[in-house]
Amino acid sequence: MGLQVKTAWQRGILMAVGPLMLFAIWYVVNAQGWVTPRLLPSPVRTLQSIWTNMAGGGMGHDFWRTLVRTLQAFGIAAVAGVPLGIMIGANAKLYRSIEFLVDFFRSTPATAMFPLFMIIFGLGDFAKIAVAAFAAWLVILFNVAYGVMNARQTRLLAARVMGASRLRIFRDVLFYECLPQTFVGLRTAVSLALVVIVVAEMFIGADDGLGKRIIDSQITFDMPQLYGTILVSGVLGYGLNLFFLTLETRLVHWAGRS
Amino acid sequence: MNALAWFTPGTHITVRGLRKAFGGNPVYAGFDIDLPKGRIVSVFGPNGCGKSTFINMVAGLLPIDGGEILFEGKTIRETRIGYVFQNYREALFPWQRAIDNIHYPLKLMGIARPERERRIAELVAGFDLKFDLHRYPYELSGGQQQTVSIMRSLAIEPEVLFLDEPFSALDYEMTLIMRDQLQKVLVARGTTAVLVSHDLEEAIYLADKLLLLTRRPSRIAEFLDIPLARPRSPATLTDTEFVRIKAHALELFQTAVRGS
Ligand SMILES: Nc1ncnc2c1ncn2[C@@H]1O[C@H](COP(=O)(O)OP(=O)(O)O)[C@@H](O)[C@H]1O
Ligand SMILES: [Mg+2]
Repeated sequence: MGLQVKTAWQRGILMAVGPLMLFAIWYVVNAQGWVTPRLLPSPVRTLQSIWTNMAGGGMGHDFWRTLVRTLQAFGIAAVAGVPLGIMIGANAKLYRSIEFLVDFFRSTPATAMFPLFMIIFGLGDFAKIAVAAFAAWLVILFNVAYGVMNARQTRLLAARVMGASRLRIFRDVLFYECLPQTFVGLRTAVSLALVVIVVAEMFIGADDGLGKRIIDSQITFDMPQLYGTILVSGVLGYGLNLFFLTLETRLVHWAGRS
Repeated sequence: MNALAWFTPGTHITVRGLRKAFGGNPVYAGFDIDLPKGRIVSVFGPNGCGKSTFINMVAGLLPIDGGEILFEGKTIRETRIGYVFQNYREALFPWQRAIDNIHYPLKLMGIARPERERRIAELVAGFDLKFDLHRYPYELSGGQQQTVSIMRSLAIEPEVLFLDEPFSALDYEMTLIMRDQLQKVLVARGTTAVLVSHDLEEAIYLADKLLLLTRRPSRIAEFLDIPLARPRSPATLTDTEFVRIKAHALELFQTAVRGS
């Protein structure tokens, strides 16, 4: 027990070493003037900028808007992707016939779709959400279908021999069988949705959002704010990933263990 | 009216004219056998001769190309069966606790919880379990997982239990314990059982009748009675009668393999 607490502490300290070192190097490089402060502001000024922007500069609002758009895109993708993925995965012929299409569009940079989506959906918020949802949808679709395709045959047979109907096999076995892979898809999809939303906020005229703030900082050459917003975007991405990872280990406790 | 609706008294499973081929290569080409009711039949034969194919067809997991399989005149659909897979890891549901795995087939039958619990308590009493059924399968050892798997298959009180090399993934010590566990439960319940084993000692140890198969296309090399008294114990393995039967079966097996 004592040993475990100690290792938990040690792990915490070890995890802090990397970021602290990065800040230290950043600090020294800035203080020594090795890189011109026009390009690299001091870490203290950057953190100060985050603080003031959060307190009254509207950064909290931008953070919130980016988060909401990301979750909207993700939500649409999940609702449309999971059931369809199960259907495709359960039908080998269907899977074969659209495997190439899904793979092709999954490999196409989502950003290449921006102009098309702007023509179809206009310049409003929905165009951004739609591109992100499309990209995330393909990732979810692919992963869910893959999970269903690779369900353990023995488990399905076991359910059948116990007298389970097709519907029961679907609900009681197949659903759980594809859950680990589904979560991999959901986690990848939310990260991708965030990337696409931030880029969309930069280049498809947006009123708010972290992407908009980053571009504005570039235009006004506000370097502390630029660095600060990048860090905050990182926090958002990391937080989303951590949230899904935690949910996954809670809900899919058997993944990788059976 | 079906010709097989009539069956010899004491026979549980009647197989007539069974045919099965994979890609044009016949594994069974007109196979007939009667398996006795309330007895344990072991199936033994060379690797790849069609042992798994046989019990999977009889259990209704694999479609047959031709012939008939009836259970006291009934079809497989009208018969309550249990099946124990070799690969327990891929047969149990890892998202459910062991106890819920055992509940599952009873739930499928639409039995209410109190009745399910009563039946499972009775089942548990027949096993000397040394582990907690409220654990997840992946928290249990191989032998414990296969025990859960056997309990799950017995929960519905099957008329016939099929087991395909159920112990071959376990170590020898665990195998000895599991054999006795299985023998005890099957004999106490009088369940008809069909067991595939690639271990002649195990096949004979558990069996009332030993079915020796030839190379494919499989025919009956011999269908032997195993008249050893029950309950059998690890001491039986060194019993002169056991040793004699085993030597005899081995000889028959070798002749059959060489002969085809
Ligand atoms: N699904 C299948 N497709 C093609 N060949 C198969 C299939 N299942 C079994 N066979 C072949 O049928 C023969 C019998 O297989 P099996 O019943 O698994 O043998 P065993 O006696 O070892 O259990 C083997 O030669 C095997 O290669
Ligand atoms: Mg086999």
